[in-house]
Amino acid sequence: MTTTFTLNGKPMSAEVPDDTPLLWVIRETANLTGTKFGCGIGMCGACTVHIEGRATRSCITPVSLVDGAAITTIEGLSADNSHPLQKAWVACQVPQCGYCQSGQIMQAAAMLKDIPQPSDADIDGVMSGNLCRCMAYVRIRSAIKIAAVEMHGVAPEVAKHA
Amino acid sequence: MRRLAKALATLLGIVVLGLVVFTIWAWRSAIAPIAPPVATSFDPALVAKGEKLADAGYCLTCHTPPKGKPYAGGLPMVTAFGTIYSTNITPDAATGIGNWSLEAFSRAMHEGVARDGSHLFPAFPYDHFTQVSDDDVKALYAFMMTRPAVAQAPPPNTVPFPLNVRLLQAGWKLLYFKEGRYQPVADRSAEWNRGAYLAEGLSHCGACHTPRGALGAEKQDAHLAGASIDGWFAPALTAANTAPVPWSAAELHDYLRNGGTAYHGVAAGPMSNVVHQGYARVDDADVNAVALYIASGNGSADRKADVGQIVGDALARSRYDASQAGDHGAALYMSACAACHYNPSSGPLLARPELGLKSSVSAPDPTNLVQVILHGVSVKDGLPGTMMPAFGTGLSDDDVAAIAVYLRKSRTTLPPWNDVAGVVARVRGGKTT
Repeated sequence: MTTTFTLNGKPMSAEVPDDTPLLWVIRETANLTGTKFGCGIGMCGACTVHIEGRATRSCITPVSLVDGAAITTIEGLSADNSHPLQKAWVACQVPQCGYCQSGQIMQAAAMLKDIPQPSDADIDGVMSGNLCRCMAYVRIRSAIKIAAVEMHGVAPEVAKHA
Repeated sequence: MRRLAKALATLLGIVVLGLVVFTIWAWRSAIAPIAPPVATSFDPALVAKGEKLADAGYCLTCHTPPKGKPYAGGLPMVTAFGTIYSTNITPDAATGIGNWSLEAFSRAMHEGVARDGSHLFPAFPYDHFTQVSDDDVKALYAFMMTRPAVAQAPPPNTVPFPLNVRLLQAGWKLLYFKEGRYQPVADRSAEWNRGAYLAEGLSHCGACHTPRGALGAEKQDAHLAGASIDGWFAPALTAANTAPVPWSAAELHDYLRNGGTAYHGVAAGPMSNVVHQGYARVDDADVNAVALYIASGNGSADRKADVGQIVGDALARSRYDASQAGDHGAALYMSACAACHYNPSSGPLLARPELGLKSSVSAPDPTNLVQVILHGVSVKDGLPGTMMPAFGTGLSDDDVAAIAVYLRKSRTTLPPWNDVAGVVARVRGGKTT
């Protein structure tokens, strides 16, 4: 069957079986390989993309469920790697091996829309499904806070004492 | 010996006479076919009115198969009595209702009899449509007869003999069907009566939300009390509803209009089309009227519930605590679910269903929760633009059951569900009962 959607702003039409995982379409039909295959069962977060602006595991999303939707991958998060999270990621030198990082950034970007000034507990709660075998969690948390400051001005810790 | 033969002959005579009387009583003659009316012969205002009414009855949902042509029929409806395929109600003369007069259309809506005189199966909810006014039937007729004609006959039903004998449907009607237009309740407001008229008539809420007896009739003593339908559970629309936040008229309105609210679930499964091919397009006054009517019967106005307290409790219960370490369901939840099902302490977000508030977690059985975990919710169902992946491809039956058990235990104070693993296996297998 044909499923149509927009991928990073461009119209896309996939002639694949309805139950094909969205991740397959992104990597193999659209050749966007920034989104990674990790566990394949929605448990590690490496395949996270945005569907209508919300972080979603693409490995367990049958493509038929996203017919008509707008999808954004790490390649489309910003035109020139200028998203505050991408800059903070570089500044903090977050990645070690890097495999989980596009998923981490996409998950964090969605979170910052819903919770502009996340506390440590918010970050731990929301990011708990994005695993990192290199244990970069401390740097991930720091980078998210730096990005939150750039996007929204004030970090939560500062806000408390203002 | 001769006496016995005489008695048997008398008995046979009575049976034959009974059959003759029943047949005469049950017989409906055909209504003469007409030449399909020209679309321009209908008043456009009447057609427009009929379109709104067709939406309130979400006729499109049953009379269109997935990816099929609108109103051309053929949607399989699996019942305990066999599979019934919806009919083509486009104005095609050979395969649709093109040669049905208004009189024939009215008789089908009000009495459940096709133009050719055959009794219809109650899969077509004429037991509700009998309440629809003559004026509204006329508008619906004008709308249907101005749709593009599609030549397409539905596949044959698989109802076995003798249940497929249409005349026997008259016996079902004798037992369970009461013909008659909606009668306004005198001491209720016009808005309430409008809501009751739609909900009990055209919108046929009871067709899914009222449990059915052995012969498939809605149980009158359990009106809207909740029922299993098509592999899902249609929750009670009465005070028996278990959602933590009461279903007020405002909540019902927003749910029917938008497909979900932050304090309740989203319209998934069979309810999705009721919203997206129905109430999302109906005039707001009618959505409000139905919401008012349903809310008047569910005790929400009397439940002086502290919504702030209920929401606060739900948010508090959604926090992970160390005592859950070692709980397989909790661990799975943190990995697979928490990345989307999070909310700031300020309150639940519309697009982030707070599971402690959801009907699916507080329902008497886990069917709906298991359905959405296994199959997800598409971008077009529920709240449009918000989707949930299908975990059925990644998680085993035991994993899905563990998550459901964990949510029931951590998010509610209700007793645990029975046989969750069995429900997962049944839902995954596509079995509807």
